[in-house]
Amino acid sequence: MQILQYLINGISIGAVYAIIALGYTMVYGIAKMLNFAHGDVIMVGAYISFCVTNYLGLPAIVSILAAMIVCTVLGIIIEALAYKPLRGTSSLAVLITAIGVSYFLQNAAQLIWGSAPKNFTSIVTFKPFSLAGGELVITGEVIITIVISVLIMVGLTLFTGKTRMGKAMRAVSEDRDAAQLMGINVNQTISMTFAIGSALAAVAGVLLCSTVPTLMPTTGSMPGIRAFTAAVIGGIGSIPGAMLGGILLGVIETFSKKYISTEFSDAIVFAVLILILLVKPAGLLGKQVQEKV
Amino acid sequence: MSTMLKIDDIHVYYGAIHAIKGVSFEVGEGEIVALIGANGAGKSTILKTVSGLMHPRSGSISFMDEQIAHMDAYKLLRHGLAHVPEGRRIFLQMTVQENLEMGAYIRKDVSKADLDMVFNYFPRLKERRKQIAGTLSGGEQQMLAMSRALMSHPKLMMLDEPSMGLAPILVDQIFDIIKQLHKDGTTILLVEQNASKALEIADRAYVLETGNITLSGTGVELARSDEVRKAYLGG
Repeated sequence: MQILQYLINGISIGAVYAIIALGYTMVYGIAKMLNFAHGDVIMVGAYISFCVTNYLGLPAIVSILAAMIVCTVLGIIIEALAYKPLRGTSSLAVLITAIGVSYFLQNAAQLIWGSAPKNFTSIVTFKPFSLAGGELVITGEVIITIVISVLIMVGLTLFTGKTRMGKAMRAVSEDRDAAQLMGINVNQTISMTFAIGSALAAVAGVLLCSTVPTLMPTTGSMPGIRAFTAAVIGGIGSIPGAMLGGILLGVIETFSKKYISTEFSDAIVFAVLILILLVKPAGLLGKQVQEKV
Repeated sequence: MSTMLKIDDIHVYYGAIHAIKGVSFEVGEGEIVALIGANGAGKSTILKTVSGLMHPRSGSISFMDEQIAHMDAYKLLRHGLAHVPEGRRIFLQMTVQENLEMGAYIRKDVSKADLDMVFNYFPRLKERRKQIAGTLSGGEQQMLAMSRALMSHPKLMMLDEPSMGLAPILVDQIFDIIKQLHKDGTTILLVEQNASKALEIADRAYVLETGNITLSGTGVELARSDEVRKAYLGG
């Protein structure tokens, strides 16, 4: 029964990683860049939500919407100011810039909200329920997290599969020049991708802090890196891959914390990453794409 | 005959490399114009520059009396200029149908009439509409690339090496369809290494050598010219 409990908790934290990983994977797939500031957008989302509930006293749902709106705008601004001017230059320049943006966001958060941790109040108010005579406890956070992550994945799959905008995104992801020849505005599409990724980051931030309630300027950075790992394990660029990678990583992390060692849990997670990449270099669900020469 | 596309003394660079050195030519409404020349002469660069994927450092390009030399590529399709790029560049991970939808992207919806129109030219694609484009044969991929461009109802269609890598029988088929498209009212600018095929259907043609136009004339004239025969038609 205990194993089942850890499995459920692992899936829940993994679902948060999955939502973050979706942002990484979409931006990578379409803009062909690793947005290392993505984790910090999560942190901003959590702070916005925190402020709206604690200082303005508004309900949780309003705080989530506010966080999503602020992060969407933030994502679009970051892309327009930091990444767009570098389009067509070396990917290394973009990568370094992303790391710079990440530090910028952390330091800005420190200036605004201070470095002392805030105690985040969970957005979930309903009580945990027990199964199997109290041996299995499923918290409201677990249920909400899993439900939201599934909704997001289904939503994104439908969006990219069925809508005109979503198909345009896939076209840009596959061949930017050919997409332009179809009349698709590539800049606008990339901007849209950042908007969606950042809105997801806001949701992830609120869910993350509802489960692990310590909120500080570096809150997003480690989950961001784990989620990036998850995206790579699943196959970067792939939506179901991000979901699978996130959940796998959450479960591995929870089990290694419980049965092996808390300190080594990250080491174990990254060892798994290396193993998977040795066997499947494109990730579990990634497509083997041939580089054109 | 009115001029549809007019290219005037364009210079195009890849970084420091001066790829197109002052090229001028015209395409009149209703014509088939061919650009022929060896590998690396700059044929594809010219098409990319016309369609806005690249921009000239100097010179002007006008299409239907509008200056387009510095227009973004995605806007040009709305003006009626379609480019079927070298190597087809279809969306390999999408279905045939989705590729066609992307071709009609600027019109927001895909009408049945448009699909019927392209399937009329390329009946084979109709059977394959649910198939992932990457699984099509080379000839089918070329057909899809042309169909995708047709979905926008272009006034001018630029074709870059439509015969590349195709078996002779398919080359004949593709050229028959180009002739048919032309007959149905589309102006064609054709870039080809297969000079004999191109000159056969072209009203006029230009010979491009290392970034310069060295010869021009009607398709028949050029096909008869000694220089062209020696250099491009195998004597």
